[in-house]
Amino acid sequence: MRVILLFAIVFGLILLTGFTQSWNVALGIVNMGLVSAIMALGVNLQWGYAGLFNVGVMGFVALGGLAAVLIGQPPVGAAWEAGGARILGGLAVGIAVIVAAVLLWKRLPVGRARAIAMVVLLIAGFFVYRGVFDPAVEAIESVNAATEGYLGGLGLPILIAWPVGGLLAAGAAWAIGKTALGLRSDYLAIATLGIAEIIISVMRNEDWLARGVKNVIGLPRPVPYEVDLQQSQAFVERAAGAGLDPVMASTLAVKLAYAGFFVVVLLVLLWLAQAALASPWGRMMRAIRDNEVAAEAMGKDVKARHLQIFVLGSAVCGLAGAMMTTLDGQLTPSSYQPLRFTFLVWVMVIVGGSGNNYGAILGGFLIWFLWVQVEPVGIWLMETLSAGLDPASPLRAHLLASAAHMRLFTMGLLLLLVLRFSPRGLIPER
Amino acid sequence: MDFLNGFVALLNFVVIPATAYGAQLALGALGVTLIYGILRFSNFAHGDTMAFGAMATILVTWAFQSMGLHLWGLPTALLALPFGIVVAALLVLGTDRVVYRFYRRHKVSPVILVIVSMGVMFVYNGLVRFVIGPDDQNFADGARFLINARDFREMTGLDEGLAFRTSQAMTIITAVIVVAILFWFLNRTRTGKSMRAFSDNEDLALLSGINPERVVAITWIIVAALATVAGVLYGLDKSFKPFTYFQLLLPIFAAAIVGGLGSPVGAIVGGFVVAFSEVTITYAWKKVLEYWLPAALEPEGLVQLLSTDYKFAVSFAILVIVLLFRPTGLFKGKSV
Amino acid sequence: MRDAAANAASEPFLIGDAMTGGYGAGADILHDCTIAAPDGEITVIVGPNGAGKSTAMKAVFGMLNLRKGAVRLGGEDITALKPQERVAKGMAFVPQTSNIFTSMSVEENLEMGAFLRRDDIAETMSQVYDLFPILRDKRRQAAGELSGGQRQQVAVGRALMTRPRVLMLDEPTAGVSPIVMDELFDRIIEVARTGISILMVEQNARQALAIAHRGYVLVQGANAFTGTGRELLADEQVRRSFLGG
Repeated sequence: MRVILLFAIVFGLILLTGFTQSWNVALGIVNMGLVSAIMALGVNLQWGYAGLFNVGVMGFVALGGLAAVLIGQPPVGAAWEAGGARILGGLAVGIAVIVAAVLLWKRLPVGRARAIAMVVLLIAGFFVYRGVFDPAVEAIESVNAATEGYLGGLGLPILIAWPVGGLLAAGAAWAIGKTALGLRSDYLAIATLGIAEIIISVMRNEDWLARGVKNVIGLPRPVPYEVDLQQSQAFVERAAGAGLDPVMASTLAVKLAYAGFFVVVLLVLLWLAQAALASPWGRMMRAIRDNEVAAEAMGKDVKARHLQIFVLGSAVCGLAGAMMTTLDGQLTPSSYQPLRFTFLVWVMVIVGGSGNNYGAILGGFLIWFLWVQVEPVGIWLMETLSAGLDPASPLRAHLLASAAHMRLFTMGLLLLLVLRFSPRGLIPER
Repeated sequence: MDFLNGFVALLNFVVIPATAYGAQLALGALGVTLIYGILRFSNFAHGDTMAFGAMATILVTWAFQSMGLHLWGLPTALLALPFGIVVAALLVLGTDRVVYRFYRRHKVSPVILVIVSMGVMFVYNGLVRFVIGPDDQNFADGARFLINARDFREMTGLDEGLAFRTSQAMTIITAVIVVAILFWFLNRTRTGKSMRAFSDNEDLALLSGINPERVVAITWIIVAALATVAGVLYGLDKSFKPFTYFQLLLPIFAAAIVGGLGSPVGAIVGGFVVAFSEVTITYAWKKVLEYWLPAALEPEGLVQLLSTDYKFAVSFAILVIVLLFRPTGLFKGKSV
Repeated sequence: MRDAAANAASEPFLIGDAMTGGYGAGADILHDCTIAAPDGEITVIVGPNGAGKSTAMKAVFGMLNLRKGAVRLGGEDITALKPQERVAKGMAFVPQTSNIFTSMSVEENLEMGAFLRRDDIAETMSQVYDLFPILRDKRRQAAGELSGGQRQQVAVGRALMTRPRVLMLDEPTAGVSPIVMDELFDRIIEVARTGISILMVEQNARQALAIAHRGYVLVQGANAFTGTGRELLADEQVRRSFLGG
């Protein structure tokens, strides 16, 4: 009952936006709300089910975005010819060195000789790798640098990028989980914070991969283009029948189409997550979360289970990231900010109700709505507050200019208030 | 082969910048490690505490500058620093009172406190952006160089110039003074020893009549001072931009963990380990090697192991190595 | 005033009177249990595992809430005081484990013991060093680096730094060798001779009762037998049930 009521309130708020501002804004909130809800589901899987503290959400989301480029964009033939094989060779060398180092560490007897051999191998390997890799990068990046200068993707339908984004994120999560799981919870947090920063810096700087900060724009879409709709006779007639002008109708139609895709994904994930929660596996996860020592004593492999759920949750975040990049139609690495993509998702989970999937989804919608709407409300508030001041006063100008930063403050305050007065969130775990 | 010129280049581009940066990281890591030792959680709001303290100092500096106050050759910010510390201390004490104390009383698990500190981070971040905006702020004044490159060349007759910026010298000197005071306080005073005792064994400290609230309050004041000093020095040396302070969290935590969380000596060593690794790995060694190697062996490329954009990767790699091989850090901090 | 003085004269210096209670909101562990420590005497609490020995001691020190009963020190009701406040009243407690500051030097451990005192502590410190000469040699060393027996000496020394009227020890000989145990008991007798009351929980019941003026045998959180150490050692039933014959 409470669940239905809360969802009704949130959708009421979004409808209100539609009536008072515009349906375009409202649908925008719905679409990003759906994506946010999926991210929140992913984090909830880790935190709510298993108590794992992942603050690298941004990195996994960005990997999903990368997948959208790697799958959806057409390959750049000239770049492949210029250095494609060589770059793959370089990466192969890099991987071989790491594998060799791991084998060496495991096979050789413990001692100083092992450490020295390892260091020598890594340093030599690094130079070989750079020697193979760097010329390839240069060659690729000089191919039509203004619009291409990267390898491009596979040219497959972009919907395939969604699961691939999940896989990429899962791979990264596996590597980081292997290292940091099993240590105290703060360490995992810091390690994930780090991996996220590194993923972002790779995406910003490795231009051959996805053009770095030059961005990849015009990604293929799973839905029709507005322009095509506006030229379709049938569509224009139907829009006219509904009393809408064709431009507005086409934007709404496209957004609705995206929303359709997203809703399907969200429902499937929700169904899976609920089934998992109710299964013996879900019960075991919660048992481990509530008492690790006891679970371990009962013969549960806590670390392996943690790794499993950490990988799964990160994969969900990667999937959401791929969906978001598809929605945006472009990959802009510089737009990935930890406050926006990691910590905001955490606010969603905590406020919604950790451990409860419906809570995570509610949190996703509610917090995204607030994130969008706090700014106009802040500006309005500042205008009202400073109305008595001289319009030319510098204080008024400063207040108005700063209103945009209200949203961080509001989110922090909201998080603290919920943690303090309703630590189980709006829809508590059952 | 020209050893001396190469050495000057090394000093100029690696040793001096890394020492200054290391000092800043060490001060930051000390704050993190003290919070960890006494309040027993990783404070994610520390970067933003640094930003807040630096911001308060900048505002006071601007006021002083407009009043015509100055410190001759030194940056006016040094004069404003104590005021910045007081403001930051009031902020963190207020935060402790309103936010953290509740959770302390309820003895929640550390991970909850980390999430709470995340909320505090948002709030501080919003506050800083609200007051001073998200952009770069310049507040450095006074003499820019202690030794500038041209004077050095004329003085020594070497080809290679050595520039020693005032901000770097000040960073190193201030850090030494601050660390000396901190260690004197922790090891020689009754209150400082009671803090160490509390960090070592909370229950026994209570049995000995040590007042936990007092220890916590003093810790926050010290942390505010350390964070403000670190933030101001970083701002003078590089630039003040709220977002960069958030990003400093990673190297700072790496430094604290490398040294061993909870160990003040470890935090300092960790700060320098991280700073020197970062600078040496992202520095283009061509210049130094040109002096040191015979002409036949001179490198063609820049001899830069990683581009400077990957400096976070260095902190991260160090962190991973420590987590894999020695999770308690170099100076046994509090283990798992 | 006179009442209190008269009261103090008529009852032992420290008494936990008819205590009933447990940890937090959990079930009661102590049932109408009485423990008293007269001035300058050694009082020992013994009993089988899980009898509530340590719990009784902690109750006397205010580390759990009593539902019934009272704790009086020198005639004053201190039932409502927190452990720290009891320290200020002249009680000192040595926990069974984590009873030293491992990262601090021996001398700093003693200083922290005297944290509440504002007067000169040099004399007390030298008394502690006289009692445990080995600690004087190791005073600059980190307490965590010492052997088990030496650690216990540091722990007792730390507690003595407040110049307490009552010293409470929770299984001081747990995990130390028999030789070290004898040595530690000798020191405890010495401490008692200076007029400090000793209240001690012991696993090594036979040896402890041998040095005790008074002993309490607890069973399931209640007093089972009470008497002088010698009486209890001689009591057939006590010997059979708790001392292994």
